Amino acid sequence: MKVGNQTYLLDNNVYIQSAYSLAGPYEAKGNFREYYDAVMEDDEWKCKSHEMAEIQMQRFVIGECLSRVNVNPMDCDALMGGDLINQIVPTSFSARDFRTPFMGLYNACATFGEALAIGSTLVNGDFEKVVCCTSSHYATAERQYRYPLELGTQPTPESQWTVTGSGAVLLSKKPGDYPMVKGYTIGRVIDFGLSDPNNMGGAMAPAASNTIISHFRDTGRSPDYYDMIITGDLGRFGRETLHYLCKKEGYDLDNLNDCGSLVYSDKQKPGQGGSGAGCCSLVFAAYLYKKLLDKSLKKILFVPTGAMLSKDSALQGESIPGIAHAVIIERED
Amino acid sequence: MEIFLGYVKAFAIGGLVCMIAQILINKTKMTSARILVMFLLLGVVLEFVGAFKFIEEFAGAGITIPITGFGSTIVKGARDGAKIGLFESVTYGFRNMAGGLTAAIFFGFFFALIFKSHSKKV
Amino acid sequence: MEDKQYIDYVHTHAQKSSHITTLIWAFAVGGLICCVGQAFSDIFSAVLPNWEESKIAALVSMTMIFLGSFLTAIGVYDKIGVHAGGGSIVPITGFANSVVSPAMEFNKEGIVLGMMAKMFVVAGPIIVAGTVSSVLTGLIYWIVGLF
Repeated sequence: MKVGNQTYLLDNNVYIQSAYSLAGPYEAKGNFREYYDAVMEDDEWKCKSHEMAEIQMQRFVIGECLSRVNVNPMDCDALMGGDLINQIVPTSFSARDFRTPFMGLYNACATFGEALAIGSTLVNGDFEKVVCCTSSHYATAERQYRYPLELGTQPTPESQWTVTGSGAVLLSKKPGDYPMVKGYTIGRVIDFGLSDPNNMGGAMAPAASNTIISHFRDTGRSPDYYDMIITGDLGRFGRETLHYLCKKEGYDLDNLNDCGSLVYSDKQKPGQGGSGAGCCSLVFAAYLYKKLLDKSLKKILFVPTGAMLSKDSALQGESIPGIAHAVIIERED
Repeated sequence: MEIFLGYVKAFAIGGLVCMIAQILINKTKMTSARILVMFLLLGVVLEFVGAFKFIEEFAGAGITIPITGFGSTIVKGARDGAKIGLFESVTYGFRNMAGGLTAAIFFGFFFALIFKSHSKKV
Repeated sequence: MEDKQYIDYVHTHAQKSSHITTLIWAFAVGGLICCVGQAFSDIFSAVLPNWEESKIAALVSMTMIFLGSFLTAIGVYDKIGVHAGGGSIVPITGFANSVVSPAMEFNKEGIVLGMMAKMFVVAGPIIVAGTVSSVLTGLIYWIVGLF
């Protein structure tokens, strides 16, 4: 059912039946270390290249997510997801090992939100089971967007650290004591003209504030309807900026949090925090899903954010547009 | 004592050149390729106007080890070549680059064959 | 909120580099690398008294390039660079680093089309700038020499 301009509330129950998370070696030392389902001992994972390691990560996460609830990949109606690498190779290549119908998605780091939105719509319709998975890897993203790994560059204080990790969820019609996707607000591409590729939090915050405010206007809810509003990878600065932008519009988000700011501990010094398509899916599958299962969180607004830049667009002087999708996840008492 | 003073001078001037580069990085967020090109051209200009040799007499390696030294040897080569003829004037500059370039390409090739890149740690 | 207002907001509120610390690091590391170069220069002049000065200078930069390449290969140079910034970029070892690091990175795509083809993705501009300025200055010297 469409509500307002951009928001859809689902009529049927779409359960998140299973989730699985795989964290890289540095993420495993971060704040959520006891929540990860599996941890990579090094970031090559016995693969020939980091790209192959990322393929292997997604394959592993999807396989474990399904086998945890004894679902055969052949029985799933669709597999969808994405990552940050050219032509979303890691996702597509990991999908060739499952004989599941596949849809590749790209919304930069907001891909997981896009996958949850589309997947829940399909399950709300005639689909039975849909798997959503995204991943990112520090070394592959560094090559994609920045410099060779061994180049002695100095990270600027605004920059974020791409999370090595992957998370998958299984959306299903099968009733049970699981969290449910209740609806979503699809974001617009918003560009306030920032062009510093190191400061992605600042570039994405306007998109996140636009989506969150549209969500509240469409649904008529207030921020305290949710136990937690959690964005994808704004980082510490982006999170503060988002808080400021929403406050200007009259929404005081006391329960605002950010996966990217939380994923690393204070002892690790990754600039503003984590980023990447795998950041929000990792934190969702590891931390948020478990908190929803044990009922310490009941209603969350999950807002993955993405910065839609490429190496060349930045060089050609384009500014960085941002996007954010808000997904409502609730569970029954 | 004199040798020691030479090292102090090299340290001070070399450090100063790098510090100027760092100020540029902090202020303009320039990437390393741009910084290297700028300082190479700085060396070219200093040598061309004749200032380089005074700095070099004072600071020694402090100015020749930064990429400015590379720029200066290029101009020195061009100047020597121009005394011989037109062909030499355009080729001798590159001839003076040859040592550094050869080393970089040769070592780059073999080290890349042997070693793999590592991921950084947080 | 207007775009321009927002950009100003971000520029004033974003975290800035702690200037003093980065400058001290750049100064110390840059100075140290130059001292190492000075030491090689002194040693080579003492050991090879018959060599002309320009050959000694070339030998010193080749030695420094070897050191820079080696430290890059064993994964040390990028760790120095995180703190030193300009201090490890501007010395000739930084040039070596910018040649060797893409060579290592793109070796996975094969030796010819990966490593060899992409060896100069970072350092290419330096060679182009150097070559162009060598030809231009050479021509100027030649023309001036005619009169």
